[in-house]
Amino acid sequence: MLSRQANNLYWMSRQIERAENTARLLDITYRMSLLPYRVVDTGQDWAEPWALPLIINGLASDYYESHPGPITSDKVLRYMVIDNTNPSSIYSLMRAARENGRSMRGLLTTEMYEDLNAMWLELRSRSETALSNGGINDFFEWIKTQSHQFRGVTVGTMLRDEAYQFIRLGTFMERADNTVRLLDVKYHTLLPSAEEVGGAVDYYQWSALLRSVSALSSYRRIYRDVITPKRVAELLILRDDLPRSLHACLNEIYEILGDLCKHESMEPERLAGEMHAQLHYGRVEQIMEVGLHEYLMEFLERLHTLNAELNHQFLVPVDTALPKTATTATQKQSA
Amino acid sequence: MSAKRPYDEMRTADGTIRQHYRAHAEWLAGQPQDFLEQKQREANALYTRLGITFAVYGDESGTERSIPFDIIPRIIRPAAWKIISDGARQRVRALNAFLKDVYHEQEIIKAGIIPAAQVTGNPAYRPEMKGVKVPGDVYVHIAGVDIVKTDEGLFYVLEDNLRTPSGVSYVLENRKMMMRLFPDLFSRMPVAPVDHFTDDLLENLRAVAPAHTNQPTVVVMTPGAHNSAYFEHAFLAQQMGVELVEGQDMFVNNDIVYLRTTDGPQRVDVIYRRIDDDFLDPLAFRPDSALGVPGLFSAYRAGNVNLANAIGTGVADDKSTYLYVPQMIEFYLNEKPIIANVPTYTLSDPEDLAYTLAHLPELVVKEVHGSGGYGMLVGPTSTKEQIAEFRKVIENNPTNYIAQPTLALSTCPTFADSEIVPRHVDLRPYVLSGREVTLVPGGLTRVALRAGSLVVNSSQGGGTKDTWVLEDHSC
Repeated sequence: MLSRQANNLYWMSRQIERAENTARLLDITYRMSLLPYRVVDTGQDWAEPWALPLIINGLASDYYESHPGPITSDKVLRYMVIDNTNPSSIYSLMRAARENGRSMRGLLTTEMYEDLNAMWLELRSRSETALSNGGINDFFEWIKTQSHQFRGVTVGTMLRDEAYQFIRLGTFMERADNTVRLLDVKYHTLLPSAEEVGGAVDYYQWSALLRSVSALSSYRRIYRDVITPKRVAELLILRDDLPRSLHACLNEIYEILGDLCKHESMEPERLAGEMHAQLHYGRVEQIMEVGLHEYLMEFLERLHTLNAELNHQFLVPVDTALPKTATTATQKQSA
Repeated sequence: MSAKRPYDEMRTADGTIRQHYRAHAEWLAGQPQDFLEQKQREANALYTRLGITFAVYGDESGTERSIPFDIIPRIIRPAAWKIISDGARQRVRALNAFLKDVYHEQEIIKAGIIPAAQVTGNPAYRPEMKGVKVPGDVYVHIAGVDIVKTDEGLFYVLEDNLRTPSGVSYVLENRKMMMRLFPDLFSRMPVAPVDHFTDDLLENLRAVAPAHTNQPTVVVMTPGAHNSAYFEHAFLAQQMGVELVEGQDMFVNNDIVYLRTTDGPQRVDVIYRRIDDDFLDPLAFRPDSALGVPGLFSAYRAGNVNLANAIGTGVADDKSTYLYVPQMIEFYLNEKPIIANVPTYTLSDPEDLAYTLAHLPELVVKEVHGSGGYGMLVGPTSTKEQIAEFRKVIENNPTNYIAQPTLALSTCPTFADSEIVPRHVDLRPYVLSGREVTLVPGGLTRVALRAGSLVVNSSQGGGTKDTWVLEDHSC
């Protein structure tokens, strides 16, 4: 298929997944901000819970530029939910996803396009009231449901062709990226000095994080024990039975790339295989030894390298990447 | 309006229903009261749901409109169709010969039939195309010839569209719609099918591929999703089973055009382009074009890729060249024109100008390079003020205009304001040139939905109808 088509579909699903993950992140931030054990004021903006979604998404400097003064929940929510000048707001992401889907309409099933279009139309009427009536939790739930629904329609109706593979690839690349960033949250949330690691604040923060990836009850079923950073790391990084873990995402990515890479020894497949093996055979002790933050940052770096390779190989190839056959044809032509 | 009543395609002057409309009229008489109302609503809803629309420029919310569709078919007798079909094909053959000539030997200029200034001085003439050999000597692969009827057996060509004529998707979609709404009618009447158009189009495009391949890769090139005819571009690509591409999807290396695909570069052989000459290649034409492919013209000139339509066809379809088409037919084909031109006054000619200015209320005045029903005066339906206004415009730049008598366009029964009323129509059949010159029986009938209006353009309140050419020669 055309690279532009693959690229638009890949980004369509990344944008929907990102909108869902942004809703999840804002949701836990909101919950954390309601906790009785607040993060005390350390005098630093970045310790404020409402700075978290900005830091995690790499939007802090953009935000500060356009929003002088202290961070408030209202300002951050507005910026992250409905601000159409912020390309990473839920509104902008859904608009971009719908545009991408619309331009690739011929490659989607009717149900998919109708679902995407209806989602966008309803979003416009919902986003403003979500903030004004305090129905923000309903709104986040709605976004999650829409994302689930679109994924379901995709899996349930679409031909298993290349277009499908690029849509799925977008979902899991974005999800892996998000899980890494989310897990790294704890690095940014300083515990109040009087609090011990493992204390009440610590507990609430970890459980909110698990809840944001719908993993709290899974944690309980698997470990039947208190929440510890090590176990959370194991669950969200190494367990392949948790659908939002890095291992689960890489299972999918590696499999999809196996299908997409028709020529032997293509770089994206090799990179994904390497990342997959590391998760498949990794141990949580090693991760804790390296340091969770360091481990996650390195993983994020590799994910970016993989994305760059996907661009290079499939999505936005450069003109000079002519295959051998084409060069031969050119020579014949000039002979 | 001219004093004579316009020709009614359904009824004779005494109100009798003509033979070829009878089966439809009898069938309609047997339907319940609000039947048409209901079907019209159904058609409108279907068109909106299917997204058969054109974009409205400048509307940020992405609103799209559908062109009004009228559910009463226009019915054409086999004898009338023969005139239209032969006449349109004859014209396209002559225009193709003219284009080949003006970009090579220029015999028609040497013979003194058409002045050199009219050809090489025309802004649509592309000197870059001089001496370029195109496969099969075909320049106009897809032409839309606008034809009107004014009386029994009497047709005129209003204009030729030889650049990137649009609207054929409506021909196909309108037919699908009619078959969906009135399946029983098709079993009663021998309506000639049109849905093989896209097969014919693909076959033609493959037939004009450069010689290096017998498995040519054909693509449809669009300016993008924001173009008003994007639906049609996507529709035709999908119907032909070929890729719909934008300029950014292609690149040129060593005068060969490639698609950027997920499987690496793939060579392109024929491009059905729905983008104007000016924007095709920033290296050869407008340097600010972001829609084109750098190097495309060079690859085309080298014979490594073919474009449909060819570059530079505009020199043959503007309203000042139109005057000479009857002479072209005689010069190149040695035939008499089957369908006449509308008598036309060129306002660069002082005599014609004087006549025109003295008769503005009776005439239609058009811009030489205009299209879409903009920048024109329809004398009989204009107010004194509008005419006075336009007179000044003409006097300022007479060479930019032509004038024609107001034709009493024929009318067809049309469902408007809950009743069936006569409305003026024209017809655009689509002529395909490849190995042969062919057209599917039918075309786009455009209808002026406002009572008395002669302007059928969709931008000016026009709609479309399905066009039925009957196959039964007893009609």
